[in-house]
Amino acid sequence: MDEILNINNLTKAYDDINVLDHVNLTVKKGEVVVIVGPSGCGKSTLLRCINSFEPIREGKVILDGETINPCKGKLNEVRERIGMVFQNYELFPHKTVLQNMILAPVKVKKIKKKEAEKEALALLDRVGLSGKKNSYPRQLSGGQKQRVAIVRALMMNPEILLLDEITAALDPEMVREVLDVVINLAKEGRTMVIVTHEMAFARAVADRMVFIDGGRIVEEGTPDDFFENPKTERLRKFLDSFSYQ
Amino acid sequence: MGFEVLLKGSNMARLLSGLGVALKISLISVLISIVLGVILGSIMTLKKPVITFISKFYLEFIRIMPQMVLLFLVFFGTTKALGISMSAETASVIVFSLWGTAEMSDLVRGALSGIPVIQYESSYSLGMTVGQTYIHVIIPQIIRRMLPLSINLVTRMIKTTSLVMMIGIVEVLKVGQQIIEANRKSSPNAAFGVYATVFILYFLVCWPISILSKYLEKKWES
Repeated sequence: MDEILNINNLTKAYDDINVLDHVNLTVKKGEVVVIVGPSGCGKSTLLRCINSFEPIREGKVILDGETINPCKGKLNEVRERIGMVFQNYELFPHKTVLQNMILAPVKVKKIKKKEAEKEALALLDRVGLSGKKNSYPRQLSGGQKQRVAIVRALMMNPEILLLDEITAALDPEMVREVLDVVINLAKEGRTMVIVTHEMAFARAVADRMVFIDGGRIVEEGTPDDFFENPKTERLRKFLDSFSYQ
Repeated sequence: MGFEVLLKGSNMARLLSGLGVALKISLISVLISIVLGVILGSIMTLKKPVITFISKFYLEFIRIMPQMVLLFLVFFGTTKALGISMSAETASVIVFSLWGTAEMSDLVRGALSGIPVIQYESSYSLGMTVGQTYIHVIIPQIIRRMLPLSINLVTRMIKTTSLVMMIGIVEVLKVGQQIIEANRKSSPNAAFGVYATVFILYFLVCWPISILSKYLEKKWES
């Protein structure tokens, strides 16, 4: 498989504190990498660095051979190639579901409105929301909003999709409907980097697991090794905090 | 009841032209307030300490000061002190614009800072430029948040124009008083009829505006 994303020696600091400390990570085309770790370990910051929402102190992020952080070209053209879904959906509240989805394709990719709508409807149908195309975000449940946010990102046909704790704000009974969508995307071969606290989901969807603690990658491996035979004490303790005996 | 005086001569027409004067002053002031308020409100979100201090001081000063005192200060005070001669209408437009700009800037500042940074990021992450983000995502949301409140400001302004008769402008309330004075002998009840009519005129102007504001608020609630 080809390498699509390369995070090389990335250090991110606030004042003099390194929140990410010489992180190296590569993602291959079609691979699903799931990042877990305690709150405040830097995993969300890492995603934001990929999309250049955070300036970095050292190292670089390379997307398909092109250095994108620090970014020398046009940021918007880079971000067009990277999809991102946020914890709190961040749909545009003044636009309907359909308008949310076609805004960027029409304005950025200059796709004809009719074609964009057709594509949007097909995607909505796949996530079971075609009946909601004319609803406003405030009329949707959290799970529905997040499914719209995912397909809105897909509308740009990104080379890689970043999911930042997309179920953290959801009621427990809505988590499943969102994660099922992501699992289907993984089956289709979408390249994704996922930050999550849902361990069962992580195990089901990941090709590779990454554990970050204190701004460093402490351990990475296949889901089976990662969950069954953690090599480090820190990962073992972290995984233990999710089980009740 | 005193309504009959309004049918005499051109009394009703005079009353309506008085209303026109009031509306003209408030309309010009509203337009100035919107333009200056948007500029000042946007500057306020820069969070520079000096700017914040000056704009807060300005806002509080205007809010605390009774509009009538401000009118007297501008019309009688500055004209004497600075040797400028200005018409009463100009003075009222200045005072109402000072007030409106203060209120508008606060609305704009509130609406702008109420939009979380991540809304911008959500748009950027779809590949939208800064310009596209403002045009399609941020500004429409700001207008929706601000419009109902700024419409309320318009009705408050129209109502407050009744003060400008104190600096000699013949607006609707002043015309009403003149009509009552002139007909003191022939219709001693004119006060009720005339003031009731003035009341109804204000109501007819402000009510639709207030309905529009409620309608927009409901339509855009998010």
